[in-house]
Amino acid sequence: MPEILKRARPLAVNPLKAGQPIGAALAFLGLRQAIPMLHGSQGCTAFGKVFLVRHFREPIPLQTTAMDQVSTIMSADENVIEGLRVLCEKSRPEIIGLPTTGLSETQGCDVARLVREFRRRHPEFASTAVVPVNTPDYRGCLESGFALAVEAIIDTLLPAGPGTALAASDSRQVNVLASSMLTPGDVEAIKEWIEAFGLQPVFLPDLGDSLDGHLIDQDSTPLTLGGTPKAAVATLGGAAATVVIGRSLHKAADLLRARSGVPDCRFDHLLGLDACDAFTLALAEISGQPVPPVIERQRAQLQDAMVDTHFMTGFLRVGIAADPDLLLALAQLLAGVGGEIVAAVASTHADVLADLPAACVRIGDLEDLEHAARAQRAQLLVANSHAAPGAQRLQVPLLRAGFPQYDWVGGHARAWVGYRGARQALFDIANLVRENHHELPVHRSIYRVGDVDALARAPSGAGLAHH
Amino acid sequence: MKTAEIAQLLNEPACAHNRSEKSGCARTKPGATAGGCSFDGAQIALLPIADVAHIVHGPIGCSGASWDNRGARSSGPTLYRIGMTTDLTEQDVIMGRGEKRLFLAIKQAIDDYAPKAVFVYSTCVPALIGDDLEAVARAASARWGVPVVPVDCAGFYGTKNLGNRIAGEAMFKYVIGTREPAPVAASAHRPGIRVHDVNLIGEYNIAGEFWHVAPLFDELGLRILCTLSGDARFHEVQTMHRAEASMVVCAKALLNVARKLESDFGVPFFEGSFYGISDTSQAFRDFAHVLGDGDLTARTEAMIVREERSARAALEPWQARLAGKRVLLYTGGVKSWSVVSALQELGMTVVATGTKKSTEEDKARIREIMGEATQMITDGSPKALLQAYRDHQADILIAGGRNLYTAMKARIPFLDINQEREFGYAGYGGMLELVRQLALTLGSPVWQKVRAPAPWHAAAAVGDALPAAGAADA
Repeated sequence: MPEILKRARPLAVNPLKAGQPIGAALAFLGLRQAIPMLHGSQGCTAFGKVFLVRHFREPIPLQTTAMDQVSTIMSADENVIEGLRVLCEKSRPEIIGLPTTGLSETQGCDVARLVREFRRRHPEFASTAVVPVNTPDYRGCLESGFALAVEAIIDTLLPAGPGTALAASDSRQVNVLASSMLTPGDVEAIKEWIEAFGLQPVFLPDLGDSLDGHLIDQDSTPLTLGGTPKAAVATLGGAAATVVIGRSLHKAADLLRARSGVPDCRFDHLLGLDACDAFTLALAEISGQPVPPVIERQRAQLQDAMVDTHFMTGFLRVGIAADPDLLLALAQLLAGVGGEIVAAVASTHADVLADLPAACVRIGDLEDLEHAARAQRAQLLVANSHAAPGAQRLQVPLLRAGFPQYDWVGGHARAWVGYRGARQALFDIANLVRENHHELPVHRSIYRVGDVDALARAPSGAGLAHH
Repeated sequence: MKTAEIAQLLNEPACAHNRSEKSGCARTKPGATAGGCSFDGAQIALLPIADVAHIVHGPIGCSGASWDNRGARSSGPTLYRIGMTTDLTEQDVIMGRGEKRLFLAIKQAIDDYAPKAVFVYSTCVPALIGDDLEAVARAASARWGVPVVPVDCAGFYGTKNLGNRIAGEAMFKYVIGTREPAPVAASAHRPGIRVHDVNLIGEYNIAGEFWHVAPLFDELGLRILCTLSGDARFHEVQTMHRAEASMVVCAKALLNVARKLESDFGVPFFEGSFYGISDTSQAFRDFAHVLGDGDLTARTEAMIVREERSARAALEPWQARLAGKRVLLYTGGVKSWSVVSALQELGMTVVATGTKKSTEEDKARIREIMGEATQMITDGSPKALLQAYRDHQADILIAGGRNLYTAMKARIPFLDINQEREFGYAGYGGMLELVRQLALTLGSPVWQKVRAPAPWHAAAAVGDALPAAGAADA
């Protein structure tokens, strides 16, 4: 178990973390015909919107209750009611997500009561579901905000009651609770994986359907253009099983199991051979079918890639910074092929960090990553786009993972999960390492003649491979 | 910040918004609001000051999603690109430990990064719990001997625009006038050229675009004492009061600074733009005129003739591709007219322009440039923009980054004109880049391919809603 180093310094430098409200908004963006509205100042929304737009390269529906000076002091309750009314009237969403922010939480607002008040005053908008969730940004991170929103969605949209257990013994439905570490590309890959066993996945949320980046027939829509339909949430009780990916979702999974009565199996992540095998085995059990040949083949391909790339990944000194679920996933992927996690930074504390294959993990920022990576002579960084200047200073390559990825096209579409995803990740890591391979410094003998204009070689730095 | 102080900033007397019955910046509406907050605006205005440590005092939401996300470039220090925040925790908020954390955070920034100054930006949560930013800044400055400037810009004070003014106000209150400019270096003196000191206000050197223009200032003997705030240094801001003239480049943003420099220090100012050949020339003429130096005027005119000739020659081969193309322009305030003239010079027709953030003066200017019949658009929603695009049979949408993917989803050519863009369009040299980017998107072969239906759906064409006048037939 790694030593967990808590935040020790007053100033966060080059923050790794994004706030809970953005994470919650992201979860709501995985619902169909939905729009999140942050209860806070207009800036909370504007920053969140730009953040998500630049990462996904998609229009992002996101609104604000626009708290100002007066409503901050005197009460912003009317802002919430009015905001909900305006959204319902303008675009008739199926679902409105209502995350709070540091501002509204410090003010001390009770969003659940405000939603009841809205229901009482505007019965004409009863068809629009409103999901409130408390997500102050002085706690947690994007991942925890996302998880809180998933829990709130289940709480609001799945009727309470002792396990409804509608599941017919022949149900082919599998519920998938998908954490924020899964990209739209991941979600697509997991769908295919599940479908290969003749099962029908229902994702909550389904970013693979809403933010995968696809052109649609309409020019524009004020709401999400895909995602989990509201009606599908009500069917979660009819599934044969629920699979949960990411430990951040365990509380949401507990609630879903209690509400639906559907048994679940839980996975920390789906990166690397072991994780893929565990998932494949679970699907074989749920479906009662043998593992399809196509998956056997993909597994063999991954094994081949592991063999081919182990020269580059073995002893590879890696620094990783990410939200906890993703940090564990990446660390286990790399440790599983001989890499050494010499620097690990998490945006916030979570139980999952206890399983990290590293000597220590710091709760911190990208300056911490840079310092640790320098001290430990890391050869590769894995982090979001903000780590690029630091990687440049260290002269090591950066593999982009997590949020945000604004200087890189297609980060959202990348599939990390599955045998094929792992294979591509290993190829990419191996190539980054090879490209950055530092040759030994040349020795020129004092006895050698000629070669007078030989180029002075750059001094070998922290990126020295195999030393 | 007190209500009265905010009201005063909102009623900026030099701002044309306040001359008609409509007073101050508009209030925001829950559920139907776009755009940043005052904190956002203050950061936009000051973050490009490159040798300053910029500390955001608040929970992670304010800095975490926004640090290092703009395109201002520096020719030297890169400290401004380091994101710094107190990242307040729940305990800080509940127990009131924010001020102490901030005090120590300032020390950490000074110890680790040796900044020329520290700017501390307040945000909503510390403003609400009553952290005394000014007192912390004063104490920290006294303790560690580095200037610490409080910028009281909580997001809930209002819009981005208000934040710009708050930033300007902070510069005026704490920074401007605290140092005398260094004499012109002997090596920079050239025979026969008298050096004049000038300021640029509201120029942010996005994508380094001001470097298209800066060499001409050098050539004419105009020493830029300070640009507020593109590629600026702290000591330059301190000396702005000694300039002989200021040019306000992005009108609304920091007008208060220009006005106060004029009223308190007698520095005259004018408004202008570096977008387009004519406007760039006009800016230099205005400097020569305000400075009242006949020799400068003569040299300026000669420079203009030379630059315009070479710029027009460079643009000539591109003209045919752009002439007659119809532009829908949706951008804020000053850019609503300053970019228009640049586009007209290329033979393009601006069929409509956004005026949501424009003042009556801006609108008058638009009518002057584009004629009385000009369509002005105030509704910037994606739906309304695309409707306007169709109604006016435009060929391209020019707007800010937030509308980029609106355009992409609707399969229409687009040019980004705002903060985050990666290309510089200012000055004579910038025009060529502008033309290249316009031609690139207008003439791209992708439009036809993404509008045509799949061969197995050949009957019903996707993108039918878009007029044939679109770039598909360009």
